[in-house]
Formats: sequence, structure tokens, C-alpha cells
Amino acid sequence: MVRVRRTTVLDAPIDAVWRILRDFNGHDRWHPIVERSGLEDARRTDQVGAVRNFTIRSGERVREVLLTLSDRERRLRYAIVGSDLPLRDYVAELFLKPVTDGNRTFWSWSSRFRTPPGEEETLARLVGEEVYEAGFAGVRAALGLRAGPASPPPPAPRPAIGGTNAAVERPPSRLGSPPSPAATARPMDRGAAGAVEGEAMVIARHGGPEVFRAAPSPAPPPGPEEVRIRQTAVGVNYIDVYCRTGYFDLVQPPGAPGLEAAGTVIDVGSGVRHLAAGQRVAYACPPPGAYATVRTMPAALVIPLPDRIDDETAAAVLLKGMSAEFLLHRVHALEAGETVLVFAPAGGVGRLICQWAAHLGARVIGATSSEAKARAARTAGAHDVVLPGEASLEEQVMELTRGRGADVIYDGVGRDSFAHSVAALAVHGHLVSYGQASGDVGPFDIGSLAARSAKVSRPNFAHFTDTPEKVAAITGRLFDALERRVLRAEIGGRYPLREAAAAHRALEAGETIGSTILVPEAAAG
Amino acid sequence: MAEAYASSVIGAPAARVWERIRDFNALPDWHPAIAESRIEGGGPSDQVGCVRAFRLTDGGFLRERLLALSDYDFSVTYSILESPMEVENYVATLKLTPVTDGDRTFAEWSAEFDCPPEREDELVALIAGDVFQGGFDALARALGS
Repeated sequence: MVRVRRTTVLDAPIDAVWRILRDFNGHDRWHPIVERSGLEDARRTDQVGAVRNFTIRSGERVREVLLTLSDRERRLRYAIVGSDLPLRDYVAELFLKPVTDGNRTFWSWSSRFRTPPGEEETLARLVGEEVYEAGFAGVRAALGLRAGPASPPPPAPRPAIGGTNAAVERPPSRLGSPPSPAATARPMDRGAAGAVEGEAMVIARHGGPEVFRAAPSPAPPPGPEEVRIRQTAVGVNYIDVYCRTGYFDLVQPPGAPGLEAAGTVIDVGSGVRHLAAGQRVAYACPPPGAYATVRTMPAALVIPLPDRIDDETAAAVLLKGMSAEFLLHRVHALEAGETVLVFAPAGGVGRLICQWAAHLGARVIGATSSEAKARAARTAGAHDVVLPGEASLEEQVMELTRGRGADVIYDGVGRDSFAHSVAALAVHGHLVSYGQASGDVGPFDIGSLAARSAKVSRPNFAHFTDTPEKVAAITGRLFDALERRVLRAEIGGRYPLREAAAAHRALEAGETIGSTILVPEAAAG
Repeated sequence: MAEAYASSVIGAPAARVWERIRDFNALPDWHPAIAESRIEGGGPSDQVGCVRAFRLTDGGFLRERLLALSDYDFSVTYSILESPMEVENYVATLKLTPVTDGDRTFAEWSAEFDCPPEREDELVALIAGDVFQGGFDALARALGS
């Protein structure tokens, strides 16, 4: 008989942790390896004898029966009753105890089981690390706690940036830390005076996708506080469309749009200490001009990429992921148990919001336009999806929520959805209007919010990401979420940089699922 | 029946914390409230059933019997035979659990006892605070927080 036990301490009150754990069927909302979980035989999640039937990331199916549930001891026991995994007679127990010295929580998770001969060690490690330790990390994330073991002295609550809840902010170490030895090495290409040859996709005038032209775009040597980057992947965002059409007055012809890319530092100007030649970096910030093979730009908001985040992933999710981070943690501090309505749940930001919101313990409803996108939304974590049909969006949302409505709505659609969103809100609901893919919202009668005592936010990416400290805090949580696979980058469209027009056409036609990136030819070849 | 409970996290491996506390006669070595202690009859301090007689730094005198000792569970259970506190049927357990996430120790100390109802709150605060938490604080200072 193999025995496995893992224990940890969470910097959270025991009731907050137990609320998450006692939901026997809720583990697909916080455990990174649990894909989808359902209860058999219409039993309730706290009904002893209930069987949860779920799929784990590697594809195996598992059925587990709830043997014990004690709210008094904050303990539950369960056993595997059917599985593709070679775990026999598996019985597990988890319980919580209060750490009275600091209002924290001790969590023990253990099991005993038999395995085929010779597989004891492998399976013990798998259960201990990929189930229990990964579960600890998942619940930490669901509670908005810092990754890793809780520190023995409880951290004093500190005021969070941008009006978030009590979630602990990671210190802005990425940009503010002293330079590493690599960062102080002499830039290697420094001697190559003059510009580096390059090409950009510029707009001949404001207009449709046809205005894109390839144009020579050499990158000059970096001046003070600047960096020169050879780009390997460029992110495409809806804001690029607004720049191209002139809806946003950010790109003057013949300039290049684009706010997001990843690549390798060619060299840095004086005063830049957090970057060095040869380092992998990414950015999601103004000024526009990312649709290029090389570029020279201000260095302050360019961040070093961790080894575990590859260039294409960074280009695909940095801007969208940073948006999802502040939408879910700062504009509205999403809490477990809230109902979230997400428009365009199969799109770039929408998918990430679904994944993250579900992980945080919210009930996620996606609003989309086709069965294919509904499937993508469900894969991303949406518990329900509403599609255009006989009933209006708000009627469908009200039916799903038994007349209550959504606590928070993330609406990047704009004109076509705004009135429906207001009508789908719960009392005290929060409508976060973060884009206008279908056009301007236009004049809006603020009195219509009184029917719900609702509030509306119209956040601007720039205000959440305009200092190195803010960027470090946001990307810190974002990279953690990516590493723990709370968020999964999905690159739905990959176009050569020169085919930027095709990428924009697909985006505007609503054909894309996941993120779209442009790959400069040199990097592609 | 009144209950007192305190728990803490000590920044040292459970085996190291256990070395300190398994000796039923070693309270003066680690608990700041205890001045001196001896085992009645001079027997070994890990003999279940033995009685420790000890004096507090404030002069109070207690006798406690070792009811259970487990090197497997890192746990010790004892009862009070005599004390200046107005408690009866007092049974306490001190238990350590390794925290695998960081090689630390989760320490729990709990007691059940009978007492006059009007003194229950005061006694629970005294036992959970001065006795149990005071002991944890001293262990953390000695072994690392």
C-alpha cells in the first residue's frame, strides 16, 4: 500500500478555504489538471455518496465518490470508483485546521492506494505533486494569494494597486530589481553604428485592411532609455483595427500599428539597466509600431521574458492577458461565487477571462454567436453559453440565474450589446465596457442603471499599465497564471507579418478563435 | 466542557521541534512560564503514566500525568492532577504535523476541561494564550520562525 501526504499553510482564513474545498464538484474551477467535472445521478455536490465524474488534462477519466463530508471538522474523504489511471483502492482525505496564530489555514491532503508492481514511486510522485501540490497552487490562485508556500509570519494587508481587493500584490521586482550579471554585460552589437535594416507594415491612410503596405523601416540605434529589438512574434489586437481605421487617433499614416510583440534585444541605450543584448523580451504598450521586424522604442515598459514563456505565447497573450488581469482583479475584484457574463468568450481576451474567472470560482456564462465558438467557450471554462435565439440575451441570462442576473459583465462588443448587458445585470451588478468591436456605444441614459443600482466602468489599458511597477505587478500575476496553466495561450491564427491585412480581415469578420499573431519573415524562415 | 485551542507554524522541521518537546520533563528548557520540573519517583520522562511536578515562574505548582506519547504521530497527551487553576478533568494534547510545503511544522495544542461557567472565558484565554501560544512563540524564537 502506497501512502502519500502533502501539507501546506495558506495565508487565508479557514472559512474562505473551506468554501472552495467543500464543493466536491467544484474542483474543475480551481484545480489546474481538472478539465470538466460533473455529478452523476443528479446528486448535490455536498451529498455524501455523490459521484463526481471528470477528465484530467492528460485525457484520463476519473470517477470519485464522496465518502465523508464534515463541516465541523472541515474534512472530506473520497475514493476512486472508476479510472483510467492505475490507482487501485485509492482513498483520499483532506482536512483543514485553523492556524490561530495569524488567521491562516493548515491544509492536509493524503491518500493510500495500490499500484501495479514497480509503479509505486512514479504514481506516488504524480499524486503528491500533480494532484496535491498543484491543487494547493490552484486554491492559492483562486484566493488571489501569492504563489508558493505561505510565509510563517502573516503578511500585513497592504493597499493594493488600482482598487483591488485584499489580494496580495507581488512586489515590483521584475523591473525594479538590481541588474543581473547578464544585464550588465556590454551590449554586443553596440559597435554596429547606424540603423539596423528592417521592414514594417504601415498604413497608407486610415481605412480598411487594404491600406496596409510593406515599407522599409530601419531601426535607429537606441538613445537614452531606449531599446532596439529584433522581433520574432507580433500580437494582433482589436485596438490595432481602431488604429488602422483612425477610430483611435494613435497612428498617423504612414505609421505602423501594433502594441505588442516579443523578440530579442539587439542593444540598449544609456540608462537602461533591466535589459541587455541577447535577452528575450516582450512588451504590450504604446507607442504603436509593433508591426515591424525590428524597432527602437522606449525601454521602461519592455519586460524580460521568463524562460518558461516562449516568444509566440508572449506575443499572443501579453496584452490580452494583462487586460484580463486588470479586468478581473482591479476594475472588478472578482470573487468566488459571483456570476460573470463574458462577451466574445472565444476571442483573445474573452477566452482568458473565461479561464481565469472559472479558476477564481466564479460561475461563467459566455455570450457568443455560433456553436463552434460556444464549444471554444466551454473549453475555456464557461459553465453555460448563450447564443442568439428566440429569447433575448437578457432573458437567457435571467433564466440561467433564476432571475438574478450577472454580477459582472465583461462587454467588449459595444453598440450591439450594451443595452442587453444593462438588462442582464444583477442588482448592484457591474458592467465593464472594455471595447466596442461592433461600434461606439453612443449616448447612454445613466438613469437606466437605477433599475439595478448598477455601475458601469470604461477602463483604459494605458491607465493600468503606464509605469514599470504596474506592469511588473500585472505581468507577475499573469506569468504565474500561465505557468500554472490557469491560462492557456491558444494561437488561432498565425500570419506572416506581410499578411497583416488578412489577419485584420479575419479579426473583423469575427472568424478568429484564440489569439492571432504575425510572424516576421526572417523569424518565420 | 470548555475547550482551548491554539495552533501555529514553526519554521523548523517537525523532527527538530519534536526533539524539544517529547521530553516530558523538559518544559523549563523551552517554555518561558516554567521555572523547574522533575519526574516523580525519578523514572524516565517517556514512560507513559509518569508524573511531572513543576513550578511556574510566578510560583504556581502543578502536577501532570503523561497519558500518551507517540513518536509516530509527534503527539503528547497529558492530564492535570493538581494546579492553581480552577480546572477539573483537564486533558491536553500537543501535536506536530510536518508541513511538506516548506519543511516547516504545524503545531497544535488543545485542551478540554471543566470549570466554573463564569471563569470559562478567562481560563480559555489564559490557557490558549499564555500557555499554548506562549510556548509556540518560544519554540519559534528558539528554532526559527
